[in-house]
Amino acid sequence: MTDVLGKPVKRVEDPKFITGKGRYLDDVKLPGMVHMAVLRSPYAHANIKGIDTSAAKRAPGVLAVIVGSEITWNPLPMAWAAGGSSGIQNNVNMPRILATDSVKWTGEGVAAVIAETVEQAQDALELVQVDWEPLPAVTDTEKATEPGAPQLHENAPNNVVFEWQVGDKAGTDAAFENPEVHIRQRLVNNRLVPNPMEVRGDIGWYNPGTDEYTIWMSSQTPHIQRLLLAAFVTGIPEHKIRCISPDVGGAFGSKIFCYADMALVMWASRQIGGRPVKWVEGRRESFGSTIHGRDHVTYVEIAANRQGEVQGLRVKTIANLGGRLSTIGPGIPTTLYGRILSGPYRIPNVHCEVTGVYTNTTFVDAYRGAGRPEATYVVERSMDLVADELGLDPAEVRRRNFLPNDVFPYDQPSGLLTAVNGQKIYIDSGNYEPAMDKALAIAGYGDVAAKKAEAKSRGKLLGVGLSTYIEVCGVAPSKWIGAVGEGWGAAMWESSNIRVHLTGKTVVTMGTQSHGQGHETTYAQIISHELGIPMEDIVVQHSDTQGTPFGYGSYGSRTSNVGTGAAIKAAAKIREKARRYAAHMLEASVDDIEVEGNQYRVKGSPDKVKTLQEIAFALDLAFDTPEGMEPYLDETAYHDTPNCTFPFGTHIAQVEIDEETGVVDLVRYVAVDDVGRKINPMIVDGQLHGGIAQGVGQALWEGVVYNEDGQLLTGSLMDYALPRASWLPSFELDETVTPSPVNPLGVKGVGEAGCIASTAAVANAVIDALSVLGVRHLDMPYTAQKVWGAIQIAKGGVA
Amino acid sequence: MSIPAAFGYTRAGSIDEALEALAANDDAKAIAGGQSLLPLMKLRLAQPGTLVDIGRLAELRGVSTLDDGRVSVGALTTYAELADSKAWHYGVISDAVPSIADVQVRNRGTIGGAVAHGDPNSDMAAVLLALDAELVLQSKGGTRNVSINGFLEGPFQTGIRHDELLTQVILPAPLPNAGSAYVALEQPASGYAMVGVAAVVVKGADGTVVWASVALTGVSDVAYRASAVEQALVGTSGDAASVAAAAAHATDGRQVNSDIHAGSQYRAAMAAVYTRRAIEAALARLG
Repeated sequence: MTDVLGKPVKRVEDPKFITGKGRYLDDVKLPGMVHMAVLRSPYAHANIKGIDTSAAKRAPGVLAVIVGSEITWNPLPMAWAAGGSSGIQNNVNMPRILATDSVKWTGEGVAAVIAETVEQAQDALELVQVDWEPLPAVTDTEKATEPGAPQLHENAPNNVVFEWQVGDKAGTDAAFENPEVHIRQRLVNNRLVPNPMEVRGDIGWYNPGTDEYTIWMSSQTPHIQRLLLAAFVTGIPEHKIRCISPDVGGAFGSKIFCYADMALVMWASRQIGGRPVKWVEGRRESFGSTIHGRDHVTYVEIAANRQGEVQGLRVKTIANLGGRLSTIGPGIPTTLYGRILSGPYRIPNVHCEVTGVYTNTTFVDAYRGAGRPEATYVVERSMDLVADELGLDPAEVRRRNFLPNDVFPYDQPSGLLTAVNGQKIYIDSGNYEPAMDKALAIAGYGDVAAKKAEAKSRGKLLGVGLSTYIEVCGVAPSKWIGAVGEGWGAAMWESSNIRVHLTGKTVVTMGTQSHGQGHETTYAQIISHELGIPMEDIVVQHSDTQGTPFGYGSYGSRTSNVGTGAAIKAAAKIREKARRYAAHMLEASVDDIEVEGNQYRVKGSPDKVKTLQEIAFALDLAFDTPEGMEPYLDETAYHDTPNCTFPFGTHIAQVEIDEETGVVDLVRYVAVDDVGRKINPMIVDGQLHGGIAQGVGQALWEGVVYNEDGQLLTGSLMDYALPRASWLPSFELDETVTPSPVNPLGVKGVGEAGCIASTAAVANAVIDALSVLGVRHLDMPYTAQKVWGAIQIAKGGVA
Repeated sequence: MSIPAAFGYTRAGSIDEALEALAANDDAKAIAGGQSLLPLMKLRLAQPGTLVDIGRLAELRGVSTLDDGRVSVGALTTYAELADSKAWHYGVISDAVPSIADVQVRNRGTIGGAVAHGDPNSDMAAVLLALDAELVLQSKGGTRNVSINGFLEGPFQTGIRHDELLTQVILPAPLPNAGSAYVALEQPASGYAMVGVAAVVVKGADGTVVWASVALTGVSDVAYRASAVEQALVGTSGDAASVAAAAAHATDGRQVNSDIHAGSQYRAAMAAVYTRRAIEAALARLG
């Protein structure tokens, strides 16, 4: 049998997806199922004076009309307050299942209609009359805290959610006392809409016969949702709730969270006597019913010497969290942002202050990369600002600041990696220069001047930008990230169960959740390698709280660092039990049994051998079992990884700008990533391609625009541009391989790396192209109009 | 939510049946490919009482050459079908059509629907204006032919009467000494033109421009012929300086649109740039 670990095996889940046989939430149709539509606020900020549902209740096919004041369940839970066990003040305001007294953004749910058909539900929604008292709104991140700004919540003066800080303030202030170079820059990280291909939805079914609830949800975290819905929202005992994620068509973080609609379909099903209730958001609706991402305003200061060595980084960030908080909103711009602000660099003094603010906008939470793209943007723009200030090559500035390769595991001296309870993590491994050198060679970095001259002759401004990123992913361990440390309200371990059945066929159930990453393939590759079972004899199951061990789900690129550890541990338990039983079958001592693939043989007696399949067969029948040994090969393992992983690499973007129109064309993209060892290099490449495209989207096209009243002007895909394949060059990928020492496979996680790296690379390329005109910085997205405007101003005109 | 309000539906078996149904219902609307009307209905921005489905009227489909050499495009001809037709010989059409929406829309969307819908950002509006197309409008009362110039009255407003059906779009006979081109700056999300410019130029034997038509879409509240550009271009040799000078008049007398994607200042500047580029491309096709 060939070893499939590390091979580009085709994805076992693809035949069903590419032949349209996937089973997504909206494909689930249950007997007696009815439909829900949600009335959403047309105002960004308003009081609800009254709601008249009488006409809607009389409409054809309507079974119930629900308003928030009828619902006795709790608001949604806050699962990650900023600051964790440091106890800093978080002025928490969570969404209710439906708004009762007021709304805080356009799109907040106000009433729900349950009807026999989705058309009837939609028609009746138009008959619900709300008596609104519109209020002034504030949507701008920075204006939210200014004097006189409209106030959203009584318990949040000046719209402040929290004020958090990390790093060494005294040391950093000292580094800024007399620096040879002192650079200041304001940076805006634009707000994004996640837009997975499959929108969100839920089906709630209350069974009056058993008093149990089943919720189908398009979610990355069915186990967590069961826990949150039971313990915090509904009070229904956890064992009376079952959560199922069917196939999930993309998520990018937006499906981690506990959403009001999950509880609403439960409530609605019970109200109408137990018929299943389905709700699927529309694409436009999703712009207000599903979280947004990013949205920071940052003031960065850099202290450096004239050699370009950075000695201090001072960062002040205002993070827009929306009208109320999403499940882990405060954790994203704090722990996942401030703690990696030193990047791959030897920056001795770092201090970061973050103010979270409320505005009359859709709530903000984790979106692919979640805090780390924002941090990378700050750090990588800073490196280019140093290069620009000193007239140095940006690659050379990075080289002078890189951590050397002999410092790992590395403890950042300003304490960025130390949780408030004193628990530390370390940058697990790194070797930054070879990755950069490889990328520079592929990109032909030495010829940039000639390329710029050639482009200029065609009326184009050519620019090249680097992003020598690191990220932190596979967040662990529980005692560091959990409530006792950084404040995530739960643990961060993972689980795996392996059962080798009588026929030798094997079922692996995981606590993680696949929403497009190919877990059914990669886990099968690992178990095949560990136990010598052919991949086609293994099935990987997940995402149903009935039948899989508790797990925290998939996000933060954690499956490879944490989930695989559980799978390998469970496989080791299977192997050990099989070895003990092989010794019994072969009448040998356990110590004399050698294992190779699926063969368990007696040392020195090659003909005395049993296969794992033979062992499983005999152990299942259990006709002859040694004293104390249980029948069956069935093992469960739980794994809490000791440390995060820190993927890194160098991305290089090359853009050409039409000087006359401002249109930016990404013409070349080189990425050398080090994600440790790879389970399936094809899947890794796929993750990188998608991530890079998403990050390019932020730099060039994507960006939410609200008007002053809080209306979302980019409220649909007619005005909010997602990247398209035809706008992108063929990405040139390469690798270095520095295995992570913190997990048995040496893997690091790759779900977010592309997205974390690429935004800054493209930004630096665009600004490099414009630098010939004297442009030092420009905020994203680099739309044609914005770039044209910058060119006009630089040329002395007005725009 | 994208579910239309309730509406009635009639499938027309003939042009006469369609005209009958339109005349009988004040709030009836003809539907062909549905690529513009259905999205508006799904957002409930359009709520017609009755849809008269003309999509299966084979006599309204296809491209043919008339006796006088002009080219007739049936109103139900899809964008995709243009590619295999005589209409593809007009550079302005072969430039514009491939960038309209996506494959699915081009397979379903019709030329007649695009014109009758009156979208102020429609690529085809500029193309047909520059070609000086003639429209055939039929009703129970008879048939009338009108120029597209003047037919487009404002955003989603045209000269079509409620009981009329657009049946044909007639293009001028191709000339050997004419060149045409279409260029556009697309809004990245929607793909609609923020600025779209169609240009047709004809040169005399001595190399001077004897005729020019230049039409812009996406720039103002309705697609329009830029007559000041045309006048400035005719009589010149089509040299770079003359073209640039002419293109500077692209928005003369027009209120220029402004939105989050392109403010009026940027849009006006781009109108001039793309007008110059369209004329240059059209001239280049003259050889």
